[in-house]
Amino acid sequence: MFEQIRNNKIKSMWLIAGLGALLLVFGYLLGELIFASGAAGIVVASIVWLIMNLIAFAQGDQIFLSISKARKVEKKDHPQLYNIVEEMTIASGLPKVPDVYIIDDPAPNAFATGRNQKKAAVAITSGLLKQLNRDELQGVIAHEIGHIRNRDVLLMILAGILMGSIVLLANIGIRAFLLGGGRGGRRSSRSGGGGGGEAIILVVAIVLIIIAPIVARLFYYAMSRKREYLADASSAQYTRYPEGLASALEKLASSTAVLSSANQVTAPMYIINPLHKAGFSASDLTSTHPPLSKRIKILRSMGNSASLATYDRAFRQVYGGRGSIIPKGSLAGAAGLVETRSVAVEEKKPVQQEKLERARDVSDLLERLNKYTALACTCGTAFRVPPDYKGSSIKCPRCGRNNPIPGR
Amino acid sequence: MYIAIGVIVGLIVLTLVIFFVIYNSLVGLRNQVRNSWSQIDVQLKRRHDLIPNLIETAKGYMKFEKEVMENVTKARTAAVAVSGRGAADQAKVEGELSGFLTRFFAVAENYPDLKANKSFMALHEELTSTENKISFARQFYNDSVMNMNNKVQMFPSNVVAGMTGFRQEEFFQIEAPAEREVPKVSFS
Repeated sequence: MFEQIRNNKIKSMWLIAGLGALLLVFGYLLGELIFASGAAGIVVASIVWLIMNLIAFAQGDQIFLSISKARKVEKKDHPQLYNIVEEMTIASGLPKVPDVYIIDDPAPNAFATGRNQKKAAVAITSGLLKQLNRDELQGVIAHEIGHIRNRDVLLMILAGILMGSIVLLANIGIRAFLLGGGRGGRRSSRSGGGGGGEAIILVVAIVLIIIAPIVARLFYYAMSRKREYLADASSAQYTRYPEGLASALEKLASSTAVLSSANQVTAPMYIINPLHKAGFSASDLTSTHPPLSKRIKILRSMGNSASLATYDRAFRQVYGGRGSIIPKGSLAGAAGLVETRSVAVEEKKPVQQEKLERARDVSDLLERLNKYTALACTCGTAFRVPPDYKGSSIKCPRCGRNNPIPGR
Repeated sequence: MYIAIGVIVGLIVLTLVIFFVIYNSLVGLRNQVRNSWSQIDVQLKRRHDLIPNLIETAKGYMKFEKEVMENVTKARTAAVAVSGRGAADQAKVEGELSGFLTRFFAVAENYPDLKANKSFMALHEELTSTENKISFARQFYNDSVMNMNNKVQMFPSNVVAGMTGFRQEEFFQIEAPAEREVPKVSFS
């Protein structure tokens, strides 16, 4: 678990270094091509990069949040959500509890934002709040806080800037090449130069102009996917209960609503790809998120155990009854600590579940004797359902969540 | 001749730099361990503060469950008495309190009127959350201790640790198995 996180961070550093190197090489070659001076090319590349930096960092988180129509919630508005965020803050070691926002949108999704760990924010859609139970919500929030803790927002902004600069340089290069015809190629007064050397640079530059933007984009998406896996791993590490996130992802996978306020730029920060179409596997190289089925598989292979309790719980929570346990796959060896802990906790649960279920059966009987069903919503509202209410679930008057009525 | 001196000086400087980097990381880890320990304490105290309210709210409804409520109150008093004394004493008493609280909530399931009471629900959510926070704080504390112990034991940081007096820290062991049970009653 911890090993895997370390490896992931190292790989991301390499990807950023790769992008940076690509930018510099590209700048040098273009400089040779256009100005007959590689150094000038590097300077131009750096200036382009700096300008994009300013643009990206001038936009605050507030703009992002207001575009998404998010409203801030305090502890009293939604105590359970706020409590979960506080719990995950403690589990992850964040110095300060991030601000919590709710987005009024039926599409279930969540994202995290914040360039440093003290000024972070987590946003959840109302659709997500309605569909998930406490453990799943905890897994999702842990994933988002994982993003904050791993400084993913900053990383993806940096990577985005590098990618944008490379694409921009490529555009400039194409234009300059077509218009100027490569002034540098014709100059023969450079020391150590010669017709052969110039031609090679020309060819390499042309090739790079074509493939650099593609490569940069592939790097960017590859890194986005890596960070998603890392956030999943962080979530399992904080909750010590990867099944929570796994079943949350499964519920999200079957949702058909598309988040109205997301676009290509903001997509990497959401927990599932907001731009996916229902039923699409979205596993190609240009996706910002790894395929959901793989994420769920990996999570489940971490928490696997022979205990029937885990199987039982997964089966009950899973939408559509898909509860197979996948044997240890690509994460063999990394899951030692997590596995033991979750098995230990799980073994305690069924005893409690049994007791509670028996108690619940008793209370159901009492309720039916009393004729009215007392119901409590996760947002804190309590209400009673009359016996002649026909439906099997009732909508909470305050938050709109569909609460199933027990015993029907 | 001068090259040799330069190389030696460079090596000395490099060693010193490495030494200080390792020393700083050890200091950071030790502070993290101490900080996360106090976090556990904060959550334990919060739980102590919430319980009287809970008993008051439940008293009117759970008239026939005097024993359960008394157990909780007694366990809480015992826990408050030991609070601040240290891991070993506290673990046992806090574990018993967790056990009695779990039983209290299981019994409370039989009283739908109590379940629908707004204050009770809010308190229940608060206590559940506090229990979760206690276990997460403990988990984070143990993670910090593990990182610290790794650094103290592994080469080359063990050299620095030995020279500057950094010790291994102790994990927060769970004494009573009852303490592992977290009341996870959900209404969904």
